[in-house]
Amino acid sequence: MSVLSYIEAIQLAMKEEMERDEKVFILGEDVGKRGGVFRATDGLYEQFGEKRVIDTPLAESAIVGVGIGAAMYGMIPIAEIQFADFILPAVNQIISEAAKLRYRSNNDWSSPITIRAPYGGGVHGALYHSQSMEAIFANQPGLKIVMPSSPRDAKGLLKAAIRDPDPVLFFEHKRAYRLLKEEVPETDELIPIGKANLVREGSDITVISYGLMLHYVKEIANELATEKEIDVHVLDLRTVYPLDQAAIIQAAKQTGKVLLVTEDNKEGSIISEVSAIIAEHCLFDLDAPIQRLAGPDVPAMPYAPTLEKEFMVNKDKIKQAMIDLALF
Amino acid sequence: MINHEDLQLTDDDVLEMYRLMLTARRFDERTWLLNRAGKIPFLVSCQGQEAQQVGAAYALDRERDYTAPYYRDFGVVLALGMTVKDLMMQAFAKAADPNSGGRQMPGHFGSKRLRMLSGSSPVTTQVPHAVGVGLACQMNNDQAISFVTLGEGSTNQGDFHEGANFAAVHKLPVIIMVENNQYAISVPLNKQVACEKISDRAIGYGMYGETIDGNNPLAVYQAIKKARDRALKGEGPSLIEAVSYRLTAHSSDDDDMTYRTQEEIDQAKEQDGLHTFRQYLVKKNILTDQIESEMEAAIKAEINQATEAAEKAPYPSVETLYDGVYQ
Repeated sequence: MSVLSYIEAIQLAMKEEMERDEKVFILGEDVGKRGGVFRATDGLYEQFGEKRVIDTPLAESAIVGVGIGAAMYGMIPIAEIQFADFILPAVNQIISEAAKLRYRSNNDWSSPITIRAPYGGGVHGALYHSQSMEAIFANQPGLKIVMPSSPRDAKGLLKAAIRDPDPVLFFEHKRAYRLLKEEVPETDELIPIGKANLVREGSDITVISYGLMLHYVKEIANELATEKEIDVHVLDLRTVYPLDQAAIIQAAKQTGKVLLVTEDNKEGSIISEVSAIIAEHCLFDLDAPIQRLAGPDVPAMPYAPTLEKEFMVNKDKIKQAMIDLALF
Repeated sequence: MINHEDLQLTDDDVLEMYRLMLTARRFDERTWLLNRAGKIPFLVSCQGQEAQQVGAAYALDRERDYTAPYYRDFGVVLALGMTVKDLMMQAFAKAADPNSGGRQMPGHFGSKRLRMLSGSSPVTTQVPHAVGVGLACQMNNDQAISFVTLGEGSTNQGDFHEGANFAAVHKLPVIIMVENNQYAISVPLNKQVACEKISDRAIGYGMYGETIDGNNPLAVYQAIKKARDRALKGEGPSLIEAVSYRLTAHSSDDDDMTYRTQEEIDQAKEQDGLHTFRQYLVKKNILTDQIESEMEAAIKAEINQATEAAEKAPYPSVETLYDGVYQ
């Protein structure tokens, strides 16, 4: 065991997979010599060379589309989109092509590509370096969307994504890159995609979240246990599409009081779907209306610190929402 | 006209090329009849483009190379090993359609066995895919190339630009063949591009570009063969523009008399590659009356059998709706 940051865990996952299988390669902007603008591919260019860590032209649809083509040949591409906000030029390749390739070819062709992209705010990134993009892709059968909440999860989930036979969008919280550190096993740990993770058992309220927000939820749950004797049940979605419905239903029934947290804009978000699943299956188990804590429905968070802070879901907001629900 | 002997093509080769062109044409004509008879809901046509399609496919190593054909490429896929029966199964959306098991519209080709990438309806997405295959060929020292086609209107799409640029930067073994049939549905070439030739766009990417007579299968064969040699020598991709004319409406749902004249079509028919290549073969005494009538009869019989088989074949069963979303 060694202590790794979230981004070190991601780098290590790619390094190990590239050592394990020669077919694995990386393509994206600035991923080569520079080692990525966040340094996620640091050292990989030196270790594996420019043919396996490819600096591409600045063109996102080509990064994904060329990756899909190489995957069809039999390679295992890891495509990096520098910021999740810039994934939009590649949406046609992701939704019309990667997501539908297996289905439209009646299981003949497939696209085992992993598309990594840093998402999330609170880093003075303004409108176009702060967004959460997962909801755009979260009604596209054929895709999988993974959003890790810790270094250990980031490593195990990314390795599973690379080995997955279908396309996976892997959104990494850019604030988590250096904020989160924990012990990560040196073994070849794979964390299954499609399964939520019960991170804390509790009896008073259930909180369901993912990504960096889940980390905050865990911290506050521990605080509330000592400060207010509120016992919180915490479920980490890990995979936000397709959702682990059974785990969601079970977690909601556990306490009958559910708070859902996302950093994304509220309407049409991942937690909207989680809320619908609970509403469909848990009506008679609920003791309070399902609560959603999310970003406001403005286009994206502004640059000015006052406005960014107002937009962001933070620990204070989460704590208050949890106390309110416990007292309901 | 270029002589086939100068291209090291035998009489049998050119006769086979003509047979493939004629098969594509006759198949196309039959699907129009089937559509108008209410038996198949939709078709897209290849008429007027068979010469460039067969000429190009013939220049590939059909045992090794990868292709990403676009929706009019009936001539390409027939030359690569798709059968008339396969295509008729697709036309009828039957389970035995090898391209998609009846999931996609006609003209959406794909077969892993034939190394033919699966295509979709949003145009030009196949260009980056073909470039990705070229990248993989280069990474694996695979002596294969990647061949992709598209229409001239599609060269305005971002994916054309992004894919072509990527291929040129990394000197990938890719051939991009633009089948310029003068129309993007109803919009003529002069409202699609302001450059004189589509192949002029190659200059901006730093790749080889050439415009050829798409009605002449031998000219196309020659250009693609040379492009393939350059690709294998590490000289990078080529942009080949094959110029012809779309002789039918865009699809079975289009009425081309709303935007062009019969006189224009009649004039283009005189240049029709099927017609001019036939004349070449007759003049060379390769295509005799007897060979031609036997060929026509054999093609007709094949299409009849395929039609009958496809009409009788089962649709995909409803339970299969849920298959193949994920592995």
